[in-house]
Amino acid sequence: MDVRGNGVNRSRFRLGTTLFGSVALLVVLLFACDSASAIPAFARKYGMPCSSCHEAWPKLSPFGQQFKDNGYQLGNDRDAPIFQSPAYWPIALRITPNWHMERNQNTVVDGPAGSDTQVTATVTTRGFDYTGMDLLTAGTLAKNFSFLLVPSSDETGAFHFESANVRFDNLFGSTWANIKVGKFELDNLLSEKRIVTLSANGGFYQNYHFQPWLAPNQPSPTYVFGLGDNQLGIEWMGHSKNDRTRVSASLLQGTDGNPDFQAGSGGAAGRAYEGYIAASQAFEVGSLGLQRVGGFAYFGQAPTYPQYTQGGAPIFGTGIGNKPYYRAGFIGMWYFKKLDVTTMYFYGHDNVFLATGTPSNLGTDGLPEGAHAPSWNGALIETHYTWSPQLILINRYELIRMKQQTLDTNPGDLGNVDALTFGFRYYPFINTRAGFAFHNEYSIVWNRKVQISPTTGLPIDLTSSSLFFGIDFAF
Amino acid sequence: MRNITTLKLCLSVASALILPFGAFGQGEQPPAAKPASHMESHIGNLTGHSEQGRELYFRYCWGCHGPHGDGNGENAPYLNILPRNFVAATFKCRSTPTGTLPTDEDLFNSVKRGFNFTNMPSWLALTDQERANLVAFIKTYSPRWVTEKAGTPITVPTEPKLTIESIKHGGELFQKLECWKCHGQEGRGDGPSASTLTDSNDQPIRPYNFTSDNRSKCGRTNQDLYKIFMTGLDGTPMPSFADVVKPEDAWDLVHYLRTLQYNNPSPELTLWESTPEGKAIVAAKQVKETSTGSGIKP
Repeated sequence: MDVRGNGVNRSRFRLGTTLFGSVALLVVLLFACDSASAIPAFARKYGMPCSSCHEAWPKLSPFGQQFKDNGYQLGNDRDAPIFQSPAYWPIALRITPNWHMERNQNTVVDGPAGSDTQVTATVTTRGFDYTGMDLLTAGTLAKNFSFLLVPSSDETGAFHFESANVRFDNLFGSTWANIKVGKFELDNLLSEKRIVTLSANGGFYQNYHFQPWLAPNQPSPTYVFGLGDNQLGIEWMGHSKNDRTRVSASLLQGTDGNPDFQAGSGGAAGRAYEGYIAASQAFEVGSLGLQRVGGFAYFGQAPTYPQYTQGGAPIFGTGIGNKPYYRAGFIGMWYFKKLDVTTMYFYGHDNVFLATGTPSNLGTDGLPEGAHAPSWNGALIETHYTWSPQLILINRYELIRMKQQTLDTNPGDLGNVDALTFGFRYYPFINTRAGFAFHNEYSIVWNRKVQISPTTGLPIDLTSSSLFFGIDFAF
Repeated sequence: MRNITTLKLCLSVASALILPFGAFGQGEQPPAAKPASHMESHIGNLTGHSEQGRELYFRYCWGCHGPHGDGNGENAPYLNILPRNFVAATFKCRSTPTGTLPTDEDLFNSVKRGFNFTNMPSWLALTDQERANLVAFIKTYSPRWVTEKAGTPITVPTEPKLTIESIKHGGELFQKLECWKCHGQEGRGDGPSASTLTDSNDQPIRPYNFTSDNRSKCGRTNQDLYKIFMTGLDGTPMPSFADVVKPEDAWDLVHYLRTLQYNNPSPELTLWESTPEGKAIVAAKQVKETSTGSGIKP
């Protein structure tokens, strides 16, 4: 770990050196690898290259999206397990050994005199590392009965279930009647589970996880929610046969996907049910490709206090005093042959009791002075240039702008976010058995006024960046 | 010694006389045709281009059909119905007479529809333009597309009115034309010849099982069925019956074949089941309420 109060020049030098090194490494790899691939279990089942279902895995192609929407079925009456060799096991593994560097500017650290004084510093960590592992099992149990089970571990090997669901497909012979039950990803057109960026700062969508700050140094106190998080519940999904039209509606448990009625680290878990709807329409524009536009809305509610406690700790699943929050947006996916651009507008709103962590039974008198229901706008533009199935260039810019701060005393731009990510993935080979990619990425995120300077006492920005070189493989 | 000299002289003269003819003869042979490096396809208002199709082929298709289009993709050894060999350019599903090349639209529809009971899926998710481009590209694999033109699509006459008599006559034709020898008396694809059949690559091939679904490889409509036995499935033992079956008889056969698909409701099956004879036959064929209760379809 480097702790430097003023290491800008050296940092730039090292960044430049690293970038140069990565480019050199890329050149070597490009020339070292000979020719032109996820859940490779599907590739093995159907004998199709990864590039059939993925523009660049894990990003789905329209064909892959249709396959997924059809319950992991191609529809040629060869989908059921009885058509596979008994030895076939629908299982795949994915992990990414990597070298990465994380840099956080304006980090509050202990000063030279010890913990009595604090200063800000640029904290840099770097080195070889590895990601968590996904154990992907998915497929059909019988014709029109499909499943997805993803035991997933963090880097220490601690497992949880990222996904666990069963889907009843094409009920009554209709592609408009599909029911999924369990833990699953929301029907997000811009899937965070299929994100093509992996770094600590770039490996998720800021807009999907943003929650307003109560005040500088004080994150949202009450509940945890991420639109990109897998959720528990039941989903109805329908689509046209060619998948051009897609609609879905979900009834979800208000626990952000956590089991046993726990609400994550946010506080009291409740008995609340939440809702999510999404719809999109695709259309062809000549030789440019398939364009898609859609919208989505999440209607959530979270408890503001526990009905019962034990030793002061809330009893899970007894949260009451629910207050609402919601997220909504529009998305467009525009294709210009090899170049595609995803645009998204995002709007968020939290109830004032949730935003301030105030038990609702206290009424408005219990709210801090000058408290408001926070709201914000967000936007995303992500571009990909798919040079070939073997190489994709990635660029993404996200912004979040607070429209209404929780407290009048907050700076107007408290919590505003700007995030830039760019990189590329190179797949040295593509086959019908496994997936492999060299992943290179740089990401930087600016969080405005989210912490207090120990020296001036004023709100300052937190800037975090990631440099990531990974070997992403799935088998 | 003189005899030997004379013999050499005669051979030399003979060679001098014969070789030019030989050379001339060789010169008369047309050079072996090569596949075109660029092809177009024309489907309605769409024009497909092989250059764009190539990129799509090497994204979607090569795993089975192979980088050379010869059906030897890395997955081909694991398939019990081999991928199409585009170099041979022999296609099952055509609207054109047997032995001729299919139309671009035939290929376009095949890509769009997929082939049921095989590993070839429907590529409905692609755009029309992309499918047209793919059709153009696969035509670059065979010289046949250079030396031959696509056949003229057969005329499919208007379907006559469905009657019991039509179904019964179709059943008689099923016997008379010996369709049962391959497809079996109940249409399950288990006739006495079934186990001996091979395709043009000497690979075992199973006759179509009518009871399995209402989708045949070449489409699900009555017109599709009509075209199958009037054009034949090239490369398979299924011949064209265009020369031996009159169009009205062909429609009767279509009507009868629909009654064999007793797991899939159709007007033909409904009409057939409305007669005591038909109802008894269908009931005897259906497998219901198995011990596992899983609704097994034969």
